[in-house]
Order: sequence, then structure tokens, then C-alpha cells
Amino acid sequence: MLKNSDLEKKINSELNTKVSSSKVAHKTLNVSIEKNDLKEVLLFLKTNPDMKFKQLIDITAVDYPNKKNRFRMIYLLLSHEFNKRIVIDFPLNENEKVFSITGIFPSANWMEREVFDMYGIDFQDHPDLRRILTDYEFEGYPLRKDFPITGHKEVRYSEEKKKVIYEPVKLEQDYRNFDYNSPWQGTEYIKQIKKNNE
Amino acid sequence: MSKQTKTLNLNFGPQHPAAHGVLRLILELDGEVVEKADPHIGLLHRGTEKLIENKTYSQAIPYFDRLDYVAPMNQEHAFALAIEKILDIEVPIRGQYIRVIFCEIGRILSHILNITTQALDVGALTPSLWGFEEREKLMEFYERVSGSRLHANYFRPGGVHQDLPRGLDTDILKFCNEFPKIIDDLETLLTDNRIFKQRNVDIGIVSKDDALEYSFSGVMMRGSGVPWDLRKSQPYDCYEQLSFKVPIGKNGDCYDRYLCRVEEMRESVKIIKQCLEQLPKGPVKSQDNKITPPPKKEIKESMEALIHHFKLFTEGYRVKKDEIYTAVEAPKGEFGVYLISDGSSKPYKCKIRAPGFSHLQAMDYLIKGHMLADVPAVLGSLDIVFGEIDR
Repeated sequence: MLKNSDLEKKINSELNTKVSSSKVAHKTLNVSIEKNDLKEVLLFLKTNPDMKFKQLIDITAVDYPNKKNRFRMIYLLLSHEFNKRIVIDFPLNENEKVFSITGIFPSANWMEREVFDMYGIDFQDHPDLRRILTDYEFEGYPLRKDFPITGHKEVRYSEEKKKVIYEPVKLEQDYRNFDYNSPWQGTEYIKQIKKNNE
Repeated sequence: MSKQTKTLNLNFGPQHPAAHGVLRLILELDGEVVEKADPHIGLLHRGTEKLIENKTYSQAIPYFDRLDYVAPMNQEHAFALAIEKILDIEVPIRGQYIRVIFCEIGRILSHILNITTQALDVGALTPSLWGFEEREKLMEFYERVSGSRLHANYFRPGGVHQDLPRGLDTDILKFCNEFPKIIDDLETLLTDNRIFKQRNVDIGIVSKDDALEYSFSGVMMRGSGVPWDLRKSQPYDCYEQLSFKVPIGKNGDCYDRYLCRVEEMRESVKIIKQCLEQLPKGPVKSQDNKITPPPKKEIKESMEALIHHFKLFTEGYRVKKDEIYTAVEAPKGEFGVYLISDGSSKPYKCKIRAPGFSHLQAMDYLIKGHMLADVPAVLGSLDIVFGEIDR
């Protein structure tokens, strides 16, 4: 049975210039790389006889609106031979494009489409980059943190026009987000008052 | 002299009895042969992941019932395991057994639905009538333990919501003794049925390598002969203590996948029986009242319990900054949750990896060169449920 620490050493020695950092957490190896090395790293992990990460489990992104690099891309791979999982991630700026890996893993096609749909991240050389989960002609990227949970448009059937129409969202009551944080642990407004007093 | 031919575009769905939900499939046909299939999904998209980011951890559990709504508790299981691993809490052994019992009930629920509706798609009505009667019994078990037939909201990080009501274990055992006979009956209708075989054998063949390339999991992969089951290879809860077999197919066609599902149901029955035999006494959820609410009786007597209860149902428990991927062997394949917590009581991000998403993606590869009439057969054997694909 291949140990995570051995795997970590091996990846670090074989790909030393490409790995920015690596750690083992929750029995899974996490490797951070640079955006431009993605294809090479994945191809190495897939084809190397000591790795055989032949299955792409998922691709996703995370939005950190306050960070310099807004997004973080995450790739999850699985090796059946060695019963191992690995997580590859790299930071990404809002305007940058990511290389599509559909050439390495055909299953990446829809996964990348989903990331594009949800976060608006563009994939270079993707054969068919269309929206996938949202409505036809949907606007905005729902999983970005600045996208409101209520959305922008709602649909209804219009009796006058005899068709389904799109309208801006009208809520009977504003969306309420309660702050349950204990004042003893420092809710935002208490922190604000403290700061002002200082 | 060459003949002038033109391909025909056919719009299959979004409302079609064989589409198993709301699938719009754009088919390009050359006569009756499918040249290209382009599935349009998302008609059932409810933004589950966005909603989960805005809810506390315990408010997020019911959303998992609504993903694959024919096997709700298996999804809750993945989410509960993710939180447990981050918080590093131990699940009492009785809680683990109860969870496994209900996961296997979910597997039977899902496989009955799939087998019988696949038979329905290729022209056999009786199996669905027989199968749904059994599903009703299983959903009654769900109702008795959680209060609802479908959307259970029963699993909790740290165990399950409450203990089995009195008499439920004997009733489940009674079901386990009777059910193999029903599987036999279903098999007499289908397994050697000439029409069923004509419609399924050698249809939608997946090779071993392609199963990996297309990120298949569960029966879709095992049907092609890849011996891989997360319950065996990366066991969670008490699966290690149970003995069961993992059925493997040979040819990777729709018929082999059907056979795998039938055998899996039999194995599930064995697992449930073992669990009921071994079921130990004790608590069913973690006794840490910072995570699981205290019993009602205590709330009336103890101030501390009251505070815990109040905090758990307003702010919710906090989960330390971390990220984790956990996967369970759901009936349809590997169902995973990638959870990123930021130290507050709401997840920062919760990516749901639905097995059906990858399976449906391969529709074009599976159906190319087949006849139009094979589309429902292949769709049926993919075992797709739009709750989880569209999320």
C-alpha cells in the first residue's frame, strides 16, 4: 500500500519545479501548482506507472472576492490501482483563462462547462463551452459570492401575452439574513463599535 | 451514383416518460441510427450549492434528500461524514449500524426503481407494479424512523436524529426474509425474458478503460468488470465489520448492469440482516451537546441544555477552517461532497459530486451508432435521476 508521505515525496521529486506546496490532510494528498503547469502535472499523474490517477472525479472552483487572486481551481483525481485520492489546486485571477483538460480526461467536458456556468471562468481550447445547468440565456454567475441568493430574474406565465415572461425579482418580503453570532464572541457590529472607539 | 441523404434532428423530451425526469436530448438521426446525442440538462436546477452556502450545517442536510430523491439517506451520509471528519467526532457504534441499515434500504429503493422502470421503458409493465409495492414497504420504514416517506432528514453529523422506534427492527428483519423471494419473482419476469434480453444485451457497451476515462462509478463501472466499491476499498462507518460481495459484470452492456443491480439488492438484504443481528445497544448520536442537541427532557431541567439547544437551532455549530472531500458509494455510484468550511456556522462552499452527471455526459459515446429505440434502454440503464444531476 502506497503511503501518502511517499507519494508526496515522489511527486515533489519528479515535478519539483512545478509544485508550489503540498500537504497531507485527512488522509488525502493536496498539491498546489501553478496555473500554466496544469496539463503537464495532470498528464504525469495519469500516466506515471507509480501514480495511475486515471479517473477525474470532479473539477470545481472557489470564489474568494477579497483575495488578490479571486478564484481557486480544484481538481480531484482518483487512482484505483493504489486506492488513492489527490487534490490539485491553483489560484486564478478573474480575467485569466484556464487550459481545458478535455484532451486528457474526456469527462472534464461537462465539469468545465459547469465551472464556466457557475463562476464564469473561461477555459481555453474547450470544444463546446456553453452554459449547462442554468436557463438558456441566463445572465450572471450564480456561485460567485456577489451573486444574490434570490437571483435577478423570475419567470411567470403572462395571461396577456400568452407566454412565459421574465421579470426582475419582486419579493413580498426582503431576504433576511440573521446574524446569530454571540455578542460575547464578537459580532460584526460589536467589532465595528470597538474599532470606532479605538 | 451517390445517394443524397440528410440527417434528422429530433428533440427528445423535456417531458418524456422514458427520459426519467426532465431531460432534453437533441438527437441527430440518420434514418433510425443515432449519430449524435446532445443532452440539455439543468431543467431541474435549484441552486442547491448556493443555498447550502447560505444555511447553517444542520439546515443544509434536507437539501441532500432532494438530490437523488429515490435514495435520500445515502446523500445525507456523505455530508454527515464530511462534517464528522472535520470536527473529528466519533459516531456511536449503534448510530453507525442504523445508518448502514438505512443506506442499504436506500440502495434497494433505488435499484428497484431503476430495474422496474428500465423494464417499463423496454415494454414490460408487470415488474414495476410488483416492485413498487416493495418500495412502499421500504418507504414506510423511512416514515417510521424519520416521519416522512421520502425527504427523511434523518442523518446528523455525529449519528442519527433518533433511535429506531419499538418494533421497527423486527419488521425490517421480516421484510429481509421475504424480499429475496420477490427478487426471484422479478427475475423470472426479466432475466431470461427474450424481449428483455433482445432489448438490453450488447446495447450500450462500456469498455473497462472507457469507464475510467468517462469518470463512471458504481454499477456503471462494475458492470464493465472494474472491481471497485467504496464500501470495500475506502470503508466508512461499520462497513468493515460486515461481509458482503461486490457483483461484477463482464460485458459492460445494459443487461450486465441490470444483473449487477439485482445481485446488489440481494447483498444489501444480507448487509441489513447482519446489521440487525449485530445491532448493539447504546446511544445513536454523539453525546457532545455542542454538536448534537440534548434530549428534550434535559432541556426542561438543565439551563446548560437549554442554552445548547438554543445555540444549535439559531446560530448552529461552528466548523473550524478546513476542507475535505468525502465520498460514499451511493446506489448510483460515487457520491461526493467537497466541503470548505471557514470557521463560521455556514459552509463556505459545498461542491456536490453527483455520479449521474458523469454518466449522462457519456450519453453521446454510449448511444452513437445505436438505433433510436435503444435510447430509452441506455438511458434506463444509466440510472439517472435529475435531482442529483441538475442539483
